[in-house]
Amino acid sequence: MYHYNDFDKAFVQERVNQFRAQVERRIDGSLTEDEFKPLRLMNGLYLQLHAYMLRVAIPYGTLNSRQMRQLAMIADRWDKGYGHFTTRQNIQYNWPKLRDVPDMLQALADVGMHAIQTSGNTIRNVTADHFAGAAADEIADPRPVAELIRQWSTDHPEFQFLPRKFKIAVTGSPNDRAVTKAHDIGLRMVRNAAGEPGFEVIVGGGLGRTPLIGKVIRDFVPQADLLPYLEAIVSVYNLLGRRDNKYKARIKITVQENGIDDIRARVDAQFERLKGEWGGFDQHLLARIEQSFAAPEFKTGGLEKFNAGREANPAFRAWTDTNLSAHRHPEHAIVTVSVKKHGATPGDATSDQMRALADLAERLGYDELRISHEQNVILPHVHKSDLPEVYATLREHGLATANVGLISDIIACPGMDYCALATARSIPIAQEIATRFDELKLEHEIGPLKIKISGCINACGHHHVGHIGILGLDRAGVENYQITLGGDGTETAAIGERAGPGFSADEIIPAIERLIEAYLTHREGAEETFLQAYRRLGMAPFKAALYPEKEGV
Amino acid sequence: MSRRPFTPKVVAANDLLDGDAVWLTANDSWTRDMGAAELIEDEAIAEDRLIFANAQADRVVGAYLVDAEATEFGPAPVHFREAFRTRGPSNYAHGKQAES
Repeated sequence: MYHYNDFDKAFVQERVNQFRAQVERRIDGSLTEDEFKPLRLMNGLYLQLHAYMLRVAIPYGTLNSRQMRQLAMIADRWDKGYGHFTTRQNIQYNWPKLRDVPDMLQALADVGMHAIQTSGNTIRNVTADHFAGAAADEIADPRPVAELIRQWSTDHPEFQFLPRKFKIAVTGSPNDRAVTKAHDIGLRMVRNAAGEPGFEVIVGGGLGRTPLIGKVIRDFVPQADLLPYLEAIVSVYNLLGRRDNKYKARIKITVQENGIDDIRARVDAQFERLKGEWGGFDQHLLARIEQSFAAPEFKTGGLEKFNAGREANPAFRAWTDTNLSAHRHPEHAIVTVSVKKHGATPGDATSDQMRALADLAERLGYDELRISHEQNVILPHVHKSDLPEVYATLREHGLATANVGLISDIIACPGMDYCALATARSIPIAQEIATRFDELKLEHEIGPLKIKISGCINACGHHHVGHIGILGLDRAGVENYQITLGGDGTETAAIGERAGPGFSADEIIPAIERLIEAYLTHREGAEETFLQAYRRLGMAPFKAALYPEKEGV
Repeated sequence: MSRRPFTPKVVAANDLLDGDAVWLTANDSWTRDMGAAELIEDEAIAEDRLIFANAQADRVVGAYLVDAEATEFGPAPVHFREAFRTRGPSNYAHGKQAES
């Protein structure tokens, strides 16, 4: 993986020093809050309902064991012994004290991490397929390009005050695990007819108040043209994007209002202007970055222990059935570690769990870890013969739940338990759904199902692309939960359709139960997933299940 | 157009150093117990108190007026958001609920 060079180190250190001085000046009264707020936001420091919150970037979700241990140390020393992994592959600390934040940033800088551009109207932390570099279905590892984008976008002088925040996601696989169609820019690695690598560029996707699926602005941009092409898009948006209305300021609205053809023409013209200025330095840089992402030398040694483990231990077998994905090396597997134990807060890991994961990565996982946008932790390269040991260790730390991709593997934003913007809580709803379906012992029978919960219209919990989406709102001073159905965040992306009136906090769990009963009743067999059944049947049978009293009226 | 009648308020904010929810008391100090806050029954006074709060930039951040009602334990929140701010999150016993 990428390691900071002297330039990166000096830049991040300078920002830590700057912020330390800014915090001192805020505390001694030299800076007002109005002056300080943009400075703290530039460094990922928010003020939430009960405390400050520090959002730390984990670029394209990639970490090594040393970094994970440092995240654990930060959680213990300056927070409450845990961290929250987010849908942007970041980690958030919910309880920092203002005076401690410079020390936290220093601790991050010491391991090549920072919180820069995790807030504000800038290009945010670039996200990527969490199976990057490991997946069997991948064209190539997208992380070198993601790192190149990180370097280009970090402190980019032209893009520090965009009309609104700007999110880029990259996938190297045709199976989209990075939700590229719901990003300001989504990049899908493709090859042209000559076999050369490049990107399909998708623009103007997004969730939030106005959910839109991104549109293809170019079906093939050669890899060598990628950065000037991205710069062309963002600079067109920077000028054209609306600054008069926060809710119309994202590029998705710019694309919607001007039309993709108009945007494409402007971007092409800008690209022609910019292209000559680049001179190929970025490709030189990319070649250097690529070296640091060279795949580890995968060991071999047979699968006897793995097969014997599956024979001997049904719990291990169940876990391997749900939590493993196909690795490009036949003797290896990608392990998704569920940070969704039934009844626990989705995405929260204790410092002990972080250290256990770091140890496993170091010992049995080629020192690599990933954070997924689905709020789980990935061990991307594990030899299958080591899986029984990995499983046993995860079990000791409450990390062996066999539920990845199932109904209890829920995305939930922090909601009104923490977030100042939230209109309702999301965490307790996730906890109750997971607990309920664990009691019913139904989740394996239900099969693949993605529930995503947001505590406000801003949709950090990706509810629009949940097979079942839940949106928490404030209806006349009471928490109320709206259900959407049929959302999909993959290459077949779709925005979920609203089912009808919302449910109170007491009603929402039984409503989800009725929905699942309807699915189990109507599906053609266990092979037909909830999403497939919804696509075949449409809303009607699910609506009837959700609102039974309306039947026959 | 008819204006909505004024409802009693307290001044809420976050502590500058801790970020914790705090409320303005009648003697111009800040309390972490909403029940000890000043319940303001008059709109003009509420606006005046908010101006005072906003001038306390060395102590608090983001002062705002919030609906409250009188109870035997002092002012209490009306809206669930403000009720959460008097307790802390519901997933862990962190924040104010852990301190009492």
